[in-house]
Amino acid sequence: MALYPSKFKNPLINWIDSRLPIVTLMHHEYIEFQMPRNINYLWAFGAIGMLLLMLMIGTGIMLAMQYTPNTGLAFASVEHIMRDVNFGWLLRYMHANAGAFFFLAIYVHIFRGLYYGSYQKPREMIWILGVLLYLLMMATGFLGYVLPWGQMSFWAATVITNLFSAFPVVGDPIVTWLWGGFSVDNPTLNRFFALHYLLPFVLLGVVILHVAALHITGSNNPLGIDIKGPQDSVPFHPYVTIKDIFAFCVYLILFSVFLFFMPNYMGHPDNYIPANPLVTPAHIVPEWYFLPWYAILRAIPDKLGGTLAMFAAVLVLFVLPWLDTSKVKSMVFKPLTRFCFWLFVADCIILGFCGANNPEGIWVIASRLGTLYYFGYFLVLLPLLGKIEQPKPLPASISESILKGGGSVHAHGATAQPMEKA
Amino acid sequence: MSTIAHPSGAGTAPGDGGGDASRRNFLYLATTAVGAAGVGALAWPFIDSMNPAADTLALASIEVDIASVKPGEQIVVTWQGKPVFIRHRTPDEIKAAESVKPEEMKDPQPDSARVQKPEWLILIGICTHLGCVPNFDGQNSSHLGQFNGWFCPCHGSQYDTSGRIRKGPAPKNLGVPKYAFLKDTVVKIG
Repeated sequence: MALYPSKFKNPLINWIDSRLPIVTLMHHEYIEFQMPRNINYLWAFGAIGMLLLMLMIGTGIMLAMQYTPNTGLAFASVEHIMRDVNFGWLLRYMHANAGAFFFLAIYVHIFRGLYYGSYQKPREMIWILGVLLYLLMMATGFLGYVLPWGQMSFWAATVITNLFSAFPVVGDPIVTWLWGGFSVDNPTLNRFFALHYLLPFVLLGVVILHVAALHITGSNNPLGIDIKGPQDSVPFHPYVTIKDIFAFCVYLILFSVFLFFMPNYMGHPDNYIPANPLVTPAHIVPEWYFLPWYAILRAIPDKLGGTLAMFAAVLVLFVLPWLDTSKVKSMVFKPLTRFCFWLFVADCIILGFCGANNPEGIWVIASRLGTLYYFGYFLVLLPLLGKIEQPKPLPASISESILKGGGSVHAHGATAQPMEKA
Repeated sequence: MSTIAHPSGAGTAPGDGGGDASRRNFLYLATTAVGAAGVGALAWPFIDSMNPAADTLALASIEVDIASVKPGEQIVVTWQGKPVFIRHRTPDEIKAAESVKPEEMKDPQPDSARVQKPEWLILIGICTHLGCVPNFDGQNSSHLGQFNGWFCPCHGSQYDTSGRIRKGPAPKNLGVPKYAFLKDTVVKIG
């Protein structure tokens, strides 16, 4: 009966918008939406992640038109894509490398959230949805890695599905159910393809929820203090759109270096050997973006214990908003916590190296200490430091903080404090 | 569900009191229960469709001619998509397998419980840790392990000449499939 009172003048847009106010919604969320005026380039990585998700879905749909999910044909169909399909090499290398660059962007995005306390009240839901997104990404990445049906594909599928066999009683039936047989075989490949096609769209759905929750609270910023008035914020368009587009360009240049000059740099040569269920490659390692988790898995000298530790390492992120007891969000004002944060970053990188190397000698010790610090950071340091550490005084407002250096109101970007660029 | 208070709507009849509210709650509960049971019953075919299909289950047994396997050698055959090791053990290897004390083992099992004929050791060739295929580490090999059995390249589990786990992260001995000797030189696995 009643139409939505659209304020758009164009008759066609007005006709649509008054029946389905999607144009008003987009205008509100992506043009007028108020962003803190002091956000730095680390705030571009969510948008970069979105860009890469789009690239993954686009290239993935084209690849699915050429790929065959059958153990007898999969490997050859990937080679067919590489050699015969028009621009098949480009689509496949884009898909493979964009996967890694998607993870890279999301890792920066996650660590940015950790540093500036973006998970704290009132943004807990955004964070929880983010951890869920990360889990979906890991599942999708793993499933996709199996599809070329090379040696690493096959043995990654075997090792990862076997993790579930660690659980007593239910473990083995679960593994048989996942495989659809008594080993990783054709039914497994077939369903992995179906799920690899499905999950990115689930991911996209959760991204929409992630952004919807973000638009309730608004974005955090390097100072971690709220917007107190119009002088503290700028509209999303053109300020953030142009900044994000510039960040896209820089990131895509880096991506292109890998895509066009070393497309197999992050891959593993063994995956160009067709899958052989009777021979395990001498050295099995996951892709770089899973290495820290792999190190935690191997740090515990017990099958069930290692599996539980690895799952716990990811799941602990869900409760992070309640583990950090600090009332101040940004680590800019918490030097001691900041130091522990950078140790944590180093710890994750060290765990990555542990995961890449054979579990012998120094690497076993390093991965155990690394695992200890990983859990210690979340379960001991953050709860304790939040209570103990006296944060430095917070500025009264965002505008006061960025304008006190004598910069003019019009050149807001040039007056950012050096530490905000961390 | 039943704890939600339902305000009386515009269409509520006069005299709609507590008695009717509890009857309505009962209807809500009953509807939800029937719905949940229906969804649950329908979910099972979806879930079970992912379990092994009839043709996968049909590949239940194979027959292998083992006449050509000399002492000290092993052959690998595929059964249900999995590698199966058939090892012709030498008298030394049998002696080594039989002389291990239970306290030296992680998953204690006498050798006699793992073989039908001591010279033939038949095992599922999948490491009980995370499912890799252990390398044959018997005579004339590079002796990666200390127990002359198998060595898993993934995480370093070592098995002895009875396929029992002796060192490394694997929790259990290599599995023994169901098998029967049809003739002296033909074995049926499965």
